[in-house]
Amino acid sequence: MSTTQLRLKPLRTKPRKPWTPSQIVLTLLGIAVSALFVAPIAAALFTSLKSEAEAAEIPPHWLPEVWTAQAWKALWKTGNITNWFVNSLVVSILVTAIVVTVAALAGYGFARTEFKGKTVLMGMVMAGLMISPAVLGVPLFTTVQQMGMVDTYWGMILPQCAPAAMVYILYKFFQGIPRELEEAAFIDGAGRWRIFFTIVVPLSRPSLAAVGIFTFIASWNNFLWPYMVTNNPDLMTMPNGIATVMNSYGIQWAQLMAGGLMAGLPLIIVFVFFQRQIVAGVAHTGLAGQ
Amino acid sequence: MTTSAETVIAPARTRTATATATATVRRNQGFQHGGWFVAPFLALFALFVVWPLLRGVYLSLTDANISGDGANFIGLDNYREALHDRAMWDALGHSAYFTLLVVPCITVLAFLLAMLAHHIERGKWLWRLCFFAPFLLPSTVAGNMWQWLFTQGIGLFNETFGLTTPWLTDKSYAMLAIVIETLWWTVGFSFLLYLAALQGIPDHLYEAAKLDGANAWHRTVHITLPMLRHITGLVIALQALASLQLFDQAVVMMDFGPGPELSTRSFVQYTLEQGFTSYRVGYASAMSVIFFVIIAAVALARMALLRNREEGTR
Repeated sequence: MSTTQLRLKPLRTKPRKPWTPSQIVLTLLGIAVSALFVAPIAAALFTSLKSEAEAAEIPPHWLPEVWTAQAWKALWKTGNITNWFVNSLVVSILVTAIVVTVAALAGYGFARTEFKGKTVLMGMVMAGLMISPAVLGVPLFTTVQQMGMVDTYWGMILPQCAPAAMVYILYKFFQGIPRELEEAAFIDGAGRWRIFFTIVVPLSRPSLAAVGIFTFIASWNNFLWPYMVTNNPDLMTMPNGIATVMNSYGIQWAQLMAGGLMAGLPLIIVFVFFQRQIVAGVAHTGLAGQ
Repeated sequence: MTTSAETVIAPARTRTATATATATVRRNQGFQHGGWFVAPFLALFALFVVWPLLRGVYLSLTDANISGDGANFIGLDNYREALHDRAMWDALGHSAYFTLLVVPCITVLAFLLAMLAHHIERGKWLWRLCFFAPFLLPSTVAGNMWQWLFTQGIGLFNETFGLTTPWLTDKSYAMLAIVIETLWWTVGFSFLLYLAALQGIPDHLYEAAKLDGANAWHRTVHITLPMLRHITGLVIALQALASLQLFDQAVVMMDFGPGPELSTRSFVQYTLEQGFTSYRVGYASAMSVIFFVIIAAVALARMALLRNREEGTR
């Protein structure tokens, strides 16, 4: 007993810092600003719990007078949204898996192997950083159309899978791994692939996770490309379906907010649990742009 | 035995090209393997980046429509038309105006939020969550939320602040509404970059300054700000490139229209209208190429600035 108490004590007394006046002011300021940031999401949540009539009432009020789950129930009944949710999951998971695999291989290839035309290709990858569906939308669409992939899963997925940025990030990371580790294995007779899978991949797990997390967020939230390439409501992803189908015949605000929360909350909930990893992932991918 | 010892040391020496024979063997091996490592990416990159770019350049020289049949080569006519297209210049102006408003605001706001979150000793995870959460929402969801907040009569924004501003229906406020929405929605990303950078500033700098009698303001101005110069450049560049590509939130907030008196029609939106509504794929491709040149110019300008600065510090 006494030994455990002795050991616990310094742990407990360590972090509590005093409430200095400046800390009180800063904390109050933090609470006020946080309230501003959370307010629109909270408002959406409250509105989704109003009846449609109340959601369109003038003047508006924050809290529902009559709490009802009608919007959420109606959403489930029309059925589209479950489809969209599954589509979003399928597309984002496949995009993430392909991007992480392809970008890791290419990043390693560029960082550690020699081949003809490497410099030229690397230059092309750098130029690719500037190209997105927003920039090249129409020609990209006609290309995909030519391949017969309009209104297909692959048409949505594959064009999201050539991310020059992710290759560049991993390329920079792999350059930082000490060559000696690989050379030792090389001398022991391991081939490039074995070195890659048994030494490089385990060493770069945090970077790969960062790229994966960032890709998943971007893909889950991607609107423009799925919007361009799908017209079939059965194939739409969450952001796309909500924006086009739910906005098309007379907006029902309560349902729209409920749908929006269904699209947005999963990532926020995941964020609450994996905050450290996600923050590291976003900061890492962003900072790599330096 | 001695040979194996030499091969261990060898890698350091091969760079000075002592044994050309082993070097070529290595290179050949490397060629095969390297080629395969980058092959999957290059295949995707060629199909969905390089080919569309080349195709865009080709299409921009034709009068192609959406079906792709019967395109005639018309030389630079599309570009000539674009130069005289008032609507295109207006759309470009809207995207540029949006960028000029958003970039400075977001940079300052992200810095202030990061300073706040960094200096409050309690509940760091909570501030991070609150400031970053909007970034996790899809663009269309964030757009819909603010469209509803800004709608006259039923919107809570005016109600809460006691205003009667016609945010979405008056041309002098519409873009401002989109800017406010964008600040709320995307500041979290730059905030995280600043926060990471703040945490990377070594404590001993501050302690030394404290010993020298510098107060909190002086420490911020003379240590924090200079240490963050690099990250500020990054935030501005990323934000500028993203803002120029304005599309999602604008069309959602304006019901997929061009806004009051066309005042929020962005360059991307106008391009897509030409391609998918007017079916003028050739003309839309010309605008895509123009846009690519603009984006590339911004990115290259940043790279040039970075290089200059690095040389300046040396």
